[in-house]
Amino acid sequence: MVTETHTKEEILALLQEIKDPEIPVLSIQDIGMLRDVHITNNGYEVILTPTYTGCPAMGIIEADIKALLETKGISPVKVSLIYSPAWTTDWMTEEAKLKMQRYGIAPPEHSSCGNIAIAEMHVPCPYCGSKHTELISRFGATACKSLYKCEDCKEPFEYFKCH
Amino acid sequence: MTQQEALFKYILRLGDNALIHSHRLSEWCSNAPFLEEDLALTNLALDMIGRAQALLQYAGSVEGKGRTEDTLAYRRSERQYYNNLLVELPNTDFAYTIARLLFVSAFEKEYYAALQNSADSTLAAIAAKTLKEIKYHFAHAHDWVVRLGMGTEESKQRVQNAVNDWWMYTSELFEMDETDEQLVKDGIVPDLKALYPAWLQAVTDTLKAASLDVPVSGYMQTGSRKGIHTEHLGHLLSEMQYLQRAYPDAEW
Ligand SMILES: [Zn+2]
Repeated sequence: MVTETHTKEEILALLQEIKDPEIPVLSIQDIGMLRDVHITNNGYEVILTPTYTGCPAMGIIEADIKALLETKGISPVKVSLIYSPAWTTDWMTEEAKLKMQRYGIAPPEHSSCGNIAIAEMHVPCPYCGSKHTELISRFGATACKSLYKCEDCKEPFEYFKCH
Repeated sequence: MTQQEALFKYILRLGDNALIHSHRLSEWCSNAPFLEEDLALTNLALDMIGRAQALLQYAGSVEGKGRTEDTLAYRRSERQYYNNLLVELPNTDFAYTIARLLFVSAFEKEYYAALQNSADSTLAAIAAKTLKEIKYHFAHAHDWVVRLGMGTEESKQRVQNAVNDWWMYTSELFEMDETDEQLVKDGIVPDLKALYPAWLQAVTDTLKAASLDVPVSGYMQTGSRKGIHTEHLGHLLSEMQYLQRAYPDAEW
């Protein structure tokens, strides 16, 4: 039996500390992965949606959430995954995109991802801002990123794919 | 067959296709022609393993006998697998791997777009999620087929050989059995035959853009709907399942 000593707002505020292990400047809220928190008689349920179906960071994020809430005396915690509505980069806040850019990853360019070919053109370089860039590979070091190079400052960079 | 049995068997087919294709792509890890392509092929494998996990987990819950995605992946033998023959065949070379990806992703692009409208909300949700990934898979396959077709004499010949050799495995993608009939009726799964014209159009467009010939349809191989496979699936499973067979219930 849970005595409701922690509100949903409190828990959401605490969860700001949980970062995406692959882009540690972004919280799971910033990225749009945290969908909801339910408080029931049986405990607390944190609802997440995966960015990619095979995202290997999910296990780490789940463990981080449980460990963090436990230290604050919030338990039992269950982390549930939902697939619908499907995660989209449209849920990423403007602030999140700015943080991502400062971290050296070009944020997703277009809000609509219907046409991949158009979304991939003229991604601005996160270092110098030049749009004179070229796609090296659609698939980067993680599922969510593509590889680019900047023709002006010559730096290679990653682009967070439109999804 | 009850509705539940039909649905279980059908979801296994979807999960198995993702799992076995994923395994073949993962065999390229550290073997691809260059680093970026190594990352790309393993990224594709990762998308597919994620899809397989979601589907097999759902299959286990539909069956209701306590089997998890892991039990279903690691404790079934080849006759209990329902993936299309095309995805279990050996990688052969890079051109074969890419040509197969073209055929499969062109099919899956149409298939999962249609499955988004399933009367089964779990399947519809997985479909919407996975479709976004498949669009990238198709774009990748398309680009490479064009690049190989427009490359050197050798690259063109090799991708044409791959297209020709895989062709007889493509009609199985659209083969329907009694599970299909039963589930189509209730709006749970799409009619596969209806997807064929769009698939043929997409594949033809890519092959034409690559200045490759579209094979003329002849003999078509089949078997997987009944769990009858090529000799290659058993070898694949013996590697994939080794750890769980040798050390049952081993965990990280
Ligand atoms: Zn630059």
